[in-house]
Amino acid sequence: MALSATSLHRQKHELSEPAYQLTVLQQGAQFPEFAAQLQQHNLYPLKPTGATILQVNVGKMCNQTCRHCHVDAGPDRKEIMTRETMQLCLDALVKSPDITTIDLTGGAPEMNPDFRWFVEELSKLGKQIVVRCNLTIILANKKYHDMPLFFKEHKVQVVSSLPYFAASRTDAQRGDGVFDKSIKALQLLNEVGYGKAGSGLQLDLVYNPSGAFLPAAQQSLEAEFKRRLKSGFDIDFNNLFCITNLPISRYLEYLMQSGNYESYMEKLVDAFNPAAAASVMCRNTISVGWDGYLYDCDFNQMLELHVSPTAPQHIRDFSLAALNKRDIILNQHCYGCTAGAGSSCGGQTVA
Amino acid sequence: MEKTYYDPADLKKFGDITKLQPEMGNKFFDYYGEVFKEGALTAREKALIALAVSHAVQCPYCIDAYTSDCLQKGADENQMMEAVHVAAAIKGGAALVHGVQMMNKIKELTM
Repeated sequence: MALSATSLHRQKHELSEPAYQLTVLQQGAQFPEFAAQLQQHNLYPLKPTGATILQVNVGKMCNQTCRHCHVDAGPDRKEIMTRETMQLCLDALVKSPDITTIDLTGGAPEMNPDFRWFVEELSKLGKQIVVRCNLTIILANKKYHDMPLFFKEHKVQVVSSLPYFAASRTDAQRGDGVFDKSIKALQLLNEVGYGKAGSGLQLDLVYNPSGAFLPAAQQSLEAEFKRRLKSGFDIDFNNLFCITNLPISRYLEYLMQSGNYESYMEKLVDAFNPAAAASVMCRNTISVGWDGYLYDCDFNQMLELHVSPTAPQHIRDFSLAALNKRDIILNQHCYGCTAGAGSSCGGQTVA
Repeated sequence: MEKTYYDPADLKKFGDITKLQPEMGNKFFDYYGEVFKEGALTAREKALIALAVSHAVQCPYCIDAYTSDCLQKGADENQMMEAVHVAAAIKGGAALVHGVQMMNKIKELTM
């Protein structure tokens, strides 16, 4: 399927509106309400277990326009975090020692002109830094060619999407030529030590299905990815994270356009797993938007579902104690994180 | 009788066969579940075998179910088509090898 070069936002597509997406998600009257599902398992209201991760979305700008992107990111998106807001994140981290990990996402986070400054400042705070790197950005422009060395210098954990170990399904999801560039970028990361035993430089891959189906068991698929990437391209990596696609934004558009929406929701609902519900990532993560507003996760952020009104709303008012007391905001898309073995930005949540 | 023999919605009702003779049905589903667990063969390898057999027995329910299952378990399209060719080769071979029987009979009946 050909990829559209523009975001839903640029196309003024009705699904670029969070309110419309929520309407679509609510229409499936045949699916039980997610909140009621949690109630049945004594998990409602859903409370944090205590945040240890701050996930910061530094902007929607990206060099790719992936078919499944929940951010609706792309080259035409201009919303990016300012240095002032980054400084507010740093201030929040200084007063929150319980937050040990900072997870940078986008868009392509590297495209934010203050990205390097932000990573350097975070590095001084001694936090574990994760960067969700789409790989192709490293080759997109000369100014990004030294990114593997920059990551190495700050011991950044690199987490990169590679939906498949072959070009066919990777390019169908991420764009023509993305597979070959991703392979090249992985080889460059390997060259500086990433993914190599004993280097202490962690390189993890993210698998999400290129279509209307759920991901495989992580351990088994990781073994297959390792075998195929090693034999085909001499690539090493640490872990494979299997992530379920959530029915929002461009993936929702794909589901509706391909006539798969109802059957996909049915798959998610049928696969509801209470153990996965108990270990969802919103219980230990707080998400920050490009403009500094706070959310329970990156998906809620894209649906403009802010954290509960009882909690601080903006990074400038950050209080971990107050946020740890909040009720997590739920909706029907949450079924994506509780299906089967569970799903989070760190992959499967239950063994 | 329905207007068509096969309805995709019936696949989801497979479990309902236990409404009659539940002991037999439940034993079958327990066995089925056991067979498809990760074992000496991986769950992905078993899904590919199931896909091949689905074609050999020409069961549309099974083709639907195991195409999804193969994708979900991370099999690639080429592996899936190769599995179908294995089924086709065995089915074709099974027809052709009987040519020997035919030739034996020819020999018996002709001068």
